[in-house]
Amino acid sequence: MSARPSQLPRWIEIGLLPIINVLMALVVAGLILWTIGANPFEAIAILVEGAFGSGYGWGYTLYYATSFIFTGLAVSVAFHAGLFNIGGEGQAYIGGLGAGVVALAFDNLLPAPVLVPLAILAAAAFGAAWAIVPAYLQAYRGSHIVITTIMFNFLAAALMVYLLVDVFRDPGQMSTQSRTFTENATLPEMATAFGWVGIKISSTPLNLSLVWALICCVLVEIFIWRSRLGYEIRATGLAPRAAIYAGIKPARVVIIAMAISGALAGSVGVNEILGVQHRLLLEFVAGAGFTGIAVALMGRNHPFGIVLASLLFGALYQGGAELAFEIPTITREMIITIQGLIILFSGALAYMNRPWVERLYLRLVAAKAQGASSHG
Amino acid sequence: MTAAASNGAPPPAIELVGINKRFGSVQANRDVSLRVEKGTIHGIIGENGAGKSTLMSIVYGFYEADSGEIRIDGQKVNIRSSAAAIAAGIGMVHQHFMLVESFTVLENVMLGAEGGAMLKEGASKARTELLRLGTEFGLTVDPDARVGDLPVGDQQRVEILKALFRHCSILILDEPTGVLTPQETDQLFRILAALKARGVTVLLITHKLKEVLAITDHVTVMRGGEVVADRRTADTNANELAELMVGRKVRLELEKTPAAIRAVELAVDALSLVDERGVTRLHDISFNLHAGEIVGIAGVSGNGQSELLETLAGIRTPSRGSIRLRDTVISADSPSDPAAMRALGLAHVPEDRHRLGIVTGFPAWESAVLGYQRDPKLGGRFLLNRNAMTGRCEELMQGFDVRPLQPQLGSSKFSGGNQQKLILAREMACQPRVLLVGQPTRGVDIGAIEFIHREIVALRDRGVAILLVSVELDEILALADRVLVMNQGRIVGEIAGKDADERQLGLMMTGSAEQQRAAS
Repeated sequence: MSARPSQLPRWIEIGLLPIINVLMALVVAGLILWTIGANPFEAIAILVEGAFGSGYGWGYTLYYATSFIFTGLAVSVAFHAGLFNIGGEGQAYIGGLGAGVVALAFDNLLPAPVLVPLAILAAAAFGAAWAIVPAYLQAYRGSHIVITTIMFNFLAAALMVYLLVDVFRDPGQMSTQSRTFTENATLPEMATAFGWVGIKISSTPLNLSLVWALICCVLVEIFIWRSRLGYEIRATGLAPRAAIYAGIKPARVVIIAMAISGALAGSVGVNEILGVQHRLLLEFVAGAGFTGIAVALMGRNHPFGIVLASLLFGALYQGGAELAFEIPTITREMIITIQGLIILFSGALAYMNRPWVERLYLRLVAAKAQGASSHG
Repeated sequence: MTAAASNGAPPPAIELVGINKRFGSVQANRDVSLRVEKGTIHGIIGENGAGKSTLMSIVYGFYEADSGEIRIDGQKVNIRSSAAAIAAGIGMVHQHFMLVESFTVLENVMLGAEGGAMLKEGASKARTELLRLGTEFGLTVDPDARVGDLPVGDQQRVEILKALFRHCSILILDEPTGVLTPQETDQLFRILAALKARGVTVLLITHKLKEVLAITDHVTVMRGGEVVADRRTADTNANELAELMVGRKVRLELEKTPAAIRAVELAVDALSLVDERGVTRLHDISFNLHAGEIVGIAGVSGNGQSELLETLAGIRTPSRGSIRLRDTVISADSPSDPAAMRALGLAHVPEDRHRLGIVTGFPAWESAVLGYQRDPKLGGRFLLNRNAMTGRCEELMQGFDVRPLQPQLGSSKFSGGNQQKLILAREMACQPRVLLVGQPTRGVDIGAIEFIHREIVALRDRGVAILLVSVELDEILALADRVLVMNQGRIVGEIAGKDADERQLGLMMTGSAEQQRAAS
């Protein structure tokens, strides 16, 4: 017996269902807020206002979203090849290292128009290199990529602590961070960029990385859906045996897909290191790698969906921070709980609402058909 | 009070009245009514997508009908689950067996009917019951054998035993002979006759006309979700049934001129294959394949035919021996891969259509270039040109009458026959010198079978060397100019196509010809 085909039109599948999932998460979050004595409606209002109510809020929301776009794309590219890359966190960390190393080495020698692209490439290359090791182990040694990429997150963290304590720390400084880069190695803030054309917006961490992230979305779209390699990657992910039959080498696909995935995750370093921090430091990824998994799930592994999901998570981060600030009973942990609920409902329970929506839809269609036939 | 009960005659064992079932926009069953008399064998035939399986799924409680009634022995019943179906005395043997391979026969039969928290008591009762059923119906299987070790025919008996153990009085068999040898099929039919003699009602779903004619009392023909005919088997014949199924005249006989054999295209020499687990799948296989002939490989499924095809296609690397394709020699020391084999002019229609032949998650236009995704005509160096791909797909679809002619439709939305036609079109379009074809008509409708067979013969007449693997002996007999028989990874015999007959091939397939020869 063959599996039952999906009977839902596309707009329900990718539009309505995710919205229902998010709403359900918000209802549960509201109940939790209510039990601790906060007004859920007020909380939601503050959250939305904080994320989208001002140029300042938008700036932060988009700044967070930038990193999520990178990590979301990273997870999706690996996923199209049938690989679950949980190592975005580590790859982003090492990508930042790449950007930082290039910046520190050349920021007194090269002008910004040369150095910045070089540092962007370095971020991608370092992230890719960090992902290729588990890819190689999966392709040629049979180690499971989920396990190895998780372990590589820990390795990345340990490596960064060592490097920042013993190698890159500014001599005479107690804090574990490098010296600040010169202007040559910084990506301009969006506020600055808008200033060039005479538009004034609030100064926030949002920087030109967002443009690079959106370009990456377009590139990923073209690569996955229109290139010969993308075709081979998707064939391998959807039907590994058919791919072999078609003369596609699975090991090669694993390595290429993971390299691209790692490069995208590594680009988080562009946003954080070149765009905001302008120095190397610890823990700048701050969970963006893991959030990318939820973003890719919610965005159905499609660049457009990933942008929307990133925006949602960016808003949650930013609005959540505002919320914690405005209502003292709502702590940072409560914000994480709300984020967790959204991830739970739109990720892990993504298909929970599907059966009843499907039943309802079919009943409505049947009723309509009957109505039409009785009138006609 | 039902109509049947009021007029003296015994009510039918099962009666369906006005069954309707719709999936989205597809009306899978439309106003289906059906009467099956007690103690008869009733065939339900129809092409794929005719609604046979949906109907049986409704009877067995997998789906609920949108409207309509099911009556068992004249009583209206509500069957909302398989458990309810079993309680109503309905048993089902699925096309793909529902057995736990690592369990013994006894454990499988008891599964779901253990009769208490501890197994011991239930097990001894089940053992006695199994023995009784075994002797009563000629259904003998060793209760302590591991199911995974049994041949397919015996596994099927376990399925039937499972149903009888649950006291079924109506037994539904879905395409039961698809995996059986002719001898096993005969045994199955003897068992069905024994069941019938003891009052069990048998519903046989099949697309094989010969079997329907051989064993059933009545036959219902379905097409497009509706019942198009009900016949007493004695009053009908294969041509009429085929016409009813397809909805037009079908030529069951294939016309074929003798082969004009030319040079050797593919030479296989002492080919052996040891798989990852260390099991030897192919033993010392040697044969030549000439341009302009069809060589058929007959054998019970799982005797190395799949491995042979995969090795020849470059998916597996030979362990010993060699394959020579044109001037290239492939062996363990100089392995090949599917892309290289394709470049040498070898095309491959794989046995496992769903997992190898197409990517079910792709739309048709993407599946239509699978294996040819590097073809320079389909785009630039890095990018594929969508217009070129859809154009290619449309051409293939037109050439092979693939329906619906919609390149944008998902590959999985096409019927088996149309998927197969698309794959054949794709593989034939590259003008191959050698064509490997595995199970070209498995799960394919009669109308499409006719078309596919004609195309394969036409290709042969154009001088292509064709290797055909099939478990359908009828197909081998109809197409092959030369038949090789495989058993346990060896070629155990060769017969010219015109001299071959089903019985002889069947004996060779099961290895008994060899045993007989050894004994005499």
